[in-house]
Amino acid sequence: MIGFATRRLIQAMIVMLVVALLAFTMFRFVGDPINQMVGIETSIEEREALRERLGLNDPIPVQFLRFVTNAAQFDFGTSYQFRQPVSELFAKRIPATLELSFTSALFALVVGIPMGIYAGLNRESPISKFFLSVSLIGISLPTFFIGILLIFLFSVTLQWLPSFGRGDTVQIGSWWTTGFLTISGLKALILPSVTLGLYQMTLIMRLIRAEMLEVIRTDYIKFARARGLPNRLVNFRHALKNTLVPVITITGLQLGAIIAFATITETVFNWPGMGLMFLQAVQNVDIPIMSAYLLLTAFLFVAINFIVDILYFYIDPRLRVGRP
Amino acid sequence: MNKKTLIFTALLAAGTGAAAQAETFKFAFQGSLNGLDPYSLNETFTLSSLGNAYEGLTRRGADLAIEPALAERWEIIEPNRWRFYLRKGVKFHNGNDFTAEDVAFSVDRVRSEGSDLTTRVPADAKVEIVDDHTVDFVLTGPNPILNYEWDTFYIMDKEWTTENDAVKVTSASDTTPNYSSLNANGTGPFKIVSHEAGVKTVYEKNDGWWDEIKHNVDTVEFTPIPSDATRVAALLSGELDMVYPIPVQDIKRINDNAGTVALTGPELRTIFLGMDQMRDELLYSDVKGKNPFKDEKVRKAFYQAIDIEAIKNKVMRDLATPSAIMISPFLFSKSSEFERYPYDPENAKKLLSEAGYADGFTVGMDCPNDLYVNDEAICQAVAAMLARVNIKIDLNAQPKAKYFAKVLASGGFDTSFYLLGWTPGSLDSWNVLSNLMSCRTEAGEGSPFNLGGFCDEKIDKLTGEVLVEIDPEKRDGLIAEAYKISHDNAYYIPLHQQGLAWGVADNVELVQRADNQFKFRFINKN
Repeated sequence: MIGFATRRLIQAMIVMLVVALLAFTMFRFVGDPINQMVGIETSIEEREALRERLGLNDPIPVQFLRFVTNAAQFDFGTSYQFRQPVSELFAKRIPATLELSFTSALFALVVGIPMGIYAGLNRESPISKFFLSVSLIGISLPTFFIGILLIFLFSVTLQWLPSFGRGDTVQIGSWWTTGFLTISGLKALILPSVTLGLYQMTLIMRLIRAEMLEVIRTDYIKFARARGLPNRLVNFRHALKNTLVPVITITGLQLGAIIAFATITETVFNWPGMGLMFLQAVQNVDIPIMSAYLLLTAFLFVAINFIVDILYFYIDPRLRVGRP
Repeated sequence: MNKKTLIFTALLAAGTGAAAQAETFKFAFQGSLNGLDPYSLNETFTLSSLGNAYEGLTRRGADLAIEPALAERWEIIEPNRWRFYLRKGVKFHNGNDFTAEDVAFSVDRVRSEGSDLTTRVPADAKVEIVDDHTVDFVLTGPNPILNYEWDTFYIMDKEWTTENDAVKVTSASDTTPNYSSLNANGTGPFKIVSHEAGVKTVYEKNDGWWDEIKHNVDTVEFTPIPSDATRVAALLSGELDMVYPIPVQDIKRINDNAGTVALTGPELRTIFLGMDQMRDELLYSDVKGKNPFKDEKVRKAFYQAIDIEAIKNKVMRDLATPSAIMISPFLFSKSSEFERYPYDPENAKKLLSEAGYADGFTVGMDCPNDLYVNDEAICQAVAAMLARVNIKIDLNAQPKAKYFAKVLASGGFDTSFYLLGWTPGSLDSWNVLSNLMSCRTEAGEGSPFNLGGFCDEKIDKLTGEVLVEIDPEKRDGLIAEAYKISHDNAYYIPLHQQGLAWGVADNVELVQRADNQFKFRFINKN
């Protein structure tokens, strides 16, 4: 077990380094940050002086080394556009993104699992067919389109829900802000989390349905039924439990995806999270924010993968037997 | 219920009604207010926003005319000495008095390292404090436009800035946040009570403002909304009182919607096309060994091949004013003397064949796609129009970050044919002449935004004369002369003044200034 974890940790470090290198090289091609930091009438000499102060004239290996050394100490520098430390900016934006991701993951699970079970058990029923068609929409429509559609329907036409932002937030502790405790905060959560969670919901639903169909055909289910166990017990105790292993893996990985790729949903709903900040940073060539975001995203995926691997170890006894 | 109680109830209702009427005005803009230091960034939205909390010695009214603000009046007592009489009894938001010391301090700070507004006060000008409320500016030569940009040169409180260790201008290379970047202390009609960069900024009415308060809002909330569709939806759903800018294709929808209206008007920005007239061979063209743009006939052919009315009607949906000179007609008295060369593709073809390009040629064009109203669409239209006279355009439209990195001095003026927009910060022609029309070296010394690098010594000479000419009539004559040379030689192809489009709720009255600045002191919400 410890050997397994160590191997995984070393792999994770390598992944992080590669991402850092990729991020660093990529940002040399997004444009010149200086133009975004000064007004258009600023003279060439002043631009050069600023470039020198920022260390943009140093050789590239020197810049990369400085970047990695600082990043290893969680120092991502100062944002070019906001002129505040990047780590502080991220700390302010993280609660918004996490609350949104958490709510949409919850939505995906709470809605997706029952739908999947139902569709798996009653594969011929019209409702199942309806679920499947809906899920097709969820998978095939792009996020921003769904978002705009929802805004148009529920905000502009019906005026039930807000079209942008987090509503009123409450400060908890020194840096966490939550929208869970106010009515406007909760209302503001609905549209974005549905938009963000729709894809995951359909994915979970289809996965559970497929797994259920497979498990139901196995001998032990037939045997359980032959034993005269009630349907409820067979379906939920025996069948569902055995469909969960792949579902946990997918859910774990998808949670990473939700957090990392909330960017588009955050932009459509002007949700003040990390994704929105990242997109603005790209437009303004704010390299410190962009690189920090990429590293953070990579870190998230690596960490979730690691946790899922370990969880797997506990859920699936077969894995334990085969290893030292 | 007798009469007395009835009146009393009515009064009570009126009373509570007034008390509950703490008006909040909410608006969104596409960009964000990055920092609150008034000298960090010379950019319209930043200066516009901070101008609600800070004030300069002068300000500009709804019609952009210069008005007294922190200075009650001023006079030129000697040709090189300007005297400003400061307003008495003005207080900063923290209660400190506004005095001549603050003006001298602000002049030093705005010219210090890290400031992006160093040109607001000439480097060799000296400030002399005469008494607490009188300041002299001593210049080294006559300067008729000394105070033209002072409406955005905001006066800071010396004491507050020093106490909070913020004397140094917030610069992007700083590692610790500067106090003045996160807090504001001006003399203006609104105080900034909270500011989270990129998320929300809240302003509150300043009851102790020196001027008569004509607006009726108590709180102003600003949210940056970068996505066009979201910004428009937020207005249509009634959550916001005003959003800007709105895409031209949404103007009709906003007007059709009950409760909102699109406010449109001309902006001061001139959109134009420029051509590389410096290199001996174009970087992006199939013409080798010579530069076709050095030939006046080719430039005029390009000019006449462009159907400006079609661009106005189809691309800009009438939200543009075709332009014959490189400055807004509002900003130059003699602008009516100029007229565009007429759209005439036949003549364009003739000019091209006279120049030896009867079969046309290919040239690369650089264009931004997120900077001006429908910028990429304009370039596409231009490319299609030029195709009719056998000029093939290789269009390279990219985001402003990449576009500027390529075409400006830092990218080595790496372009052959480009689209750019220009608003003179001082709202005066000298800015246009010195930035866009004077000669430059290959490195960009001289006229840094003359990207095409054409050089006309007559314009250079006139620019120098315009700088020191005090007599307004004579000065405008010199400017007109310079513009005429540019027009006659078709050094540039001016296209149009782009329009402003703001979305506003019906119950709101406000002023849309042509410089695209939004001043809260004009808001009235019913």
